[in-house]
Amino acid sequence: MERQQDYVMRTVEERGVRFVQLWFADVLGTPKAFSITPAELETALEEGMTFDGSAIEGFSRVQESDVLAKPDPKTFQILPLRDSKAPVARVFCDLINLDGTPFEGDPRNVLRRALERAREKGFSFYAAPEVEFFYFADADPAHAPVPLDHGSYFELSVADLTTELRKETVLILEEMGVPVEYSQHEDSPSQHEIDLRHTDALTMADTVMTLRLMVKEIARERGVYATFMPKPIAGVQGSGMHTHFSLFEGDVNAFHDPGDEHGLSKVGKGFIAGLLRHAPEITAVTNQWVNSYKRLVVGYEAPVYVAWARNNRSVVVNVPHSKRNKSDSTRIEYRAPDPACNPYLAFAMILAAGLEGIEEGYELPPETQANLYELTAEELLAEGIRPLPGNLTEAIAAMEGSELAAATLGEHVFEWFIRNKRAEWADYKTQVSQFELDRYLPRL
Amino acid sequence: MEPLLVFPDPPPSELAETLDLGGYPWKAVGDADSAARLQPDDGWAGAVVVADRDSEGAFALCRSLRKREVVLEPFLLLVSGSQLADLELREDLFDDFCLIPMRPRELEARLKHLFWRTGQGTRPELVEYGDLVLNLETYQAAIAGKPLDLTYMEYELLKFLSSHPGKVFTRETLLSRVWGYDYYGGARTVDVHVRRLRAKLGDDRATLIHTVRSVGYRFGEARW
Repeated sequence: MERQQDYVMRTVEERGVRFVQLWFADVLGTPKAFSITPAELETALEEGMTFDGSAIEGFSRVQESDVLAKPDPKTFQILPLRDSKAPVARVFCDLINLDGTPFEGDPRNVLRRALERAREKGFSFYAAPEVEFFYFADADPAHAPVPLDHGSYFELSVADLTTELRKETVLILEEMGVPVEYSQHEDSPSQHEIDLRHTDALTMADTVMTLRLMVKEIARERGVYATFMPKPIAGVQGSGMHTHFSLFEGDVNAFHDPGDEHGLSKVGKGFIAGLLRHAPEITAVTNQWVNSYKRLVVGYEAPVYVAWARNNRSVVVNVPHSKRNKSDSTRIEYRAPDPACNPYLAFAMILAAGLEGIEEGYELPPETQANLYELTAEELLAEGIRPLPGNLTEAIAAMEGSELAAATLGEHVFEWFIRNKRAEWADYKTQVSQFELDRYLPRL
Repeated sequence: MEPLLVFPDPPPSELAETLDLGGYPWKAVGDADSAARLQPDDGWAGAVVVADRDSEGAFALCRSLRKREVVLEPFLLLVSGSQLADLELREDLFDDFCLIPMRPRELEARLKHLFWRTGQGTRPELVEYGDLVLNLETYQAAIAGKPLDLTYMEYELLKFLSSHPGKVFTRETLLSRVWGYDYYGGARTVDVHVRRLRAKLGDDRATLIHTVRSVGYRFGEARW
């Protein structure tokens, strides 16, 4: 520990870093930061920096509002910004109470607790998300989002712009030590995707925060807007964050069993079974906005039904074919999350659901063969296939009755989250949408 | 740190390995002429001369390096047991000696002590491989003078690997030596950090860290 702090101190000195940004996430996954000078850094590393948590979403408590942000020196990184005269560094923080105990409102702490539970069972948990997002001309809600790469004839150069932006972002991410598997233009206009190579889930949650910031920042520098809103345009595919997960026991992929017809071990099957059984309860976290449920509809390659299959895009748990003799690549893909989730909480819930399936020995239901988009409600019922929650209020209701969610998030986050999301739904219910005006005003 | 002069050329592989693992830069010379030709601008940091195979050449080299105005020091001589008698009346030609077969730990301890006695510091502070340089004092790494922005664990991993060029390490070994197991990631963590390091080293140098299939990783090429 001391050496890590020493490393940070020396690097700041040697590289002439002027400011160190202390990063953390609020309960909804919004990035928060404050800057300190190198002079304050040593104290920050040893004791943490006090700040008033009452202004942060989900941090407020009745008696005590002061919280300490304690930098995790392992995450110290100089930001590859163009202005190298005064380098700026960032470091992710764990939030602790004044008495030194972990702060119960800290999403990073929620994920740490879940990972600790996995570690007690001998598992380490890996995640590899595919993050989708849109580039638009601006963020003005007064008009429909303006895609940058289709619509008129002179857009060829602009199409190049979004691809350029994405490539530049990937380069900067690589400079920050974030290995990108690949990146591509997605199906919808102005939609792009960056796939990350797997890391342990805590590092990956930090990385998702970094990626979202970098994508947005680089777009802003070029005078455009990048958004992770799950469904910004009706009628085209929304943005998901399909994430590949695996558990390792030391060097060994615990999901892999060469003797099984699917190559899946008992652990792998238990994990899937746990995810399926608890999917409705964790959806409020993996898909936390009113808008998230506009993406989870039939016909846009988003999952709608709680089922699993191999290489099937209509189900929520997909098992990709792994190459023969490549046991390491055996993994499952959870297709529900969207890129506007809080990655710490989402990974913690997914892990907890999967572990529950392993520990309780849940039976894995049979693989779904059909394209579920094409089945009728009766056929689905006959197959025993449930849908995911259809909107935020259904998701909240499912979460509210979930002991798994309460235990994983901890009482503080669990209660605040439900209260906050109920309020969001209540606000939404009071709105009159364009759909209603278009459909009803002329008729009624 | 300037390199140490090492005789003969090539030196016994065990000696080369000990110096590399200890982080001492060195150059091998075959005789007094090549010693003069290869001498660094700021002079040799010291000398390690192995006398068992070519004792005549070795003592000739000792004389040429020690019998002059600015004496080359510290000077460590490696001799076999049967050569001990040859040391008589040659006490001025070396600062300390070590018996062959050598024990790496002893050699390193003697070198450390010699450097301390001659006031040249106790530890070499740079690890160099090609144009990659790690300054162990300041924790900074650079390629061709351009600093690398590494996280702490990336730095520690690169330091460990580049201090042992050519040696293959399993993930488990790297995990225990570099991380000390205090990590959520498990053994796969090593793969993740290697990928991150390769990304930061850039396309040209990403291959410095080789994946040795179903074993682990190797940094660069061995020099012995």
